[in-house]
Amino acid sequence: MAENDAKNSPSEPFSADPQAFETIRRSRNRVLGLGLAAFVVLVFFISIAKMS
Amino acid sequence: MTTMTPPTPSSGTATAAGANAASVRRPAAWRDLFALTKPRVMSLVIFTGLCGLIAAPERIHPVLAFTAILCIAVGAGGAAALNQWWEADIDAGMKRTAKRPLPQGRLDRTTARDFALVLCSGSVFLMGFAIGWLPAAILAISIVYYAVIYTIWLKPRTPQNIVIGGGAGAFPPLIGWVAATGHITAMPLVLFAIIFFWTPPHFWALALFVKSDYAKVGIPMMPVVAGEKSTRRQIMAYAVLLLPLSVAPWLIGGTGLLYGASALVLSLVFLALSIRVGVRTRGEEDRMKPEKQLFAYSVLYLFALFAALVLDRFIVIGT
Repeated sequence: MAENDAKNSPSEPFSADPQAFETIRRSRNRVLGLGLAAFVVLVFFISIAKMS
Repeated sequence: MTTMTPPTPSSGTATAAGANAASVRRPAAWRDLFALTKPRVMSLVIFTGLCGLIAAPERIHPVLAFTAILCIAVGAGGAAALNQWWEADIDAGMKRTAKRPLPQGRLDRTTARDFALVLCSGSVFLMGFAIGWLPAAILAISIVYYAVIYTIWLKPRTPQNIVIGGGAGAFPPLIGWVAATGHITAMPLVLFAIIFFWTPPHFWALALFVKSDYAKVGIPMMPVVAGEKSTRRQIMAYAVLLLPLSVAPWLIGGTGLLYGASALVLSLVFLALSIRVGVRTRGEEDRMKPEKQLFAYSVLYLFALFAALVLDRFIVIGT
């Protein structure tokens, strides 16, 4: 199990390219946005489940 | 927590990478943040937590069950991220962990720490709001146990670190069970004890074949401090203790014969592999095959044992 931890790390090359940074930032913000939207939907369903 | 500072990087790799990262200010990629949560370790946490929840005698709404497992997973991910935040310099010095985001400088430590704290506090509060404050309290204890008691306090100080650290991994089935029932009984405590006693032989089998890595970064793992002979003896001792403990859920009437028989067979194989590791000595050019087999089997063992627990419950419900 612990042996596999290192494999979790993506090994993309380290780049200082501003365009690459922008892509990374945009991709992260998209994932964060989706995560927050999923959280809101989950809280809604939790409220429904707790009322039933 | 925010006033605590992790150890100063002692490795050239980490220092150079960190300086490089600081000078170019690379934004944190979601893949690196995700890698901080140790997703592969999390899969076992999710599985044992889910088994605890399913094996419990009471049912909860599927949305609440999903939320409970999500909170266990996110809490475990947050604790793992705190662990990596604290140990970035140690990770840089070990081949197995050197490619993680922090040692490579793909993430800065502050981002990692803040991300970890958001996950930990978010999971505890969501668990409290959705499920109840008893499972939320146990989840909080498990996070503090892993991130503070194990990672910060005991791991660098005592060769018994793995024995005590085993408690952190033992919490998920307990939390899953308490999330479903709302109270603590003997059964979830036995499940906790099974993982607690399973952890030392699992990790020491690994430590036997990556001993040089741990010695290099000064972590007092049992094979480094007490020697291989003592570690091998202790692996056997824990495997012996695990045998009656694994069948205890059946003996106390918490499960049926399917689980009891499965646990007995699985634990006897575990004991046989542990004895093989326990009685041998490392030879010249040793490839440590028995130790690697024990490590691989120990992962399979835990999956199979908890799968048997769930199957047993379904069969009891079905009859």
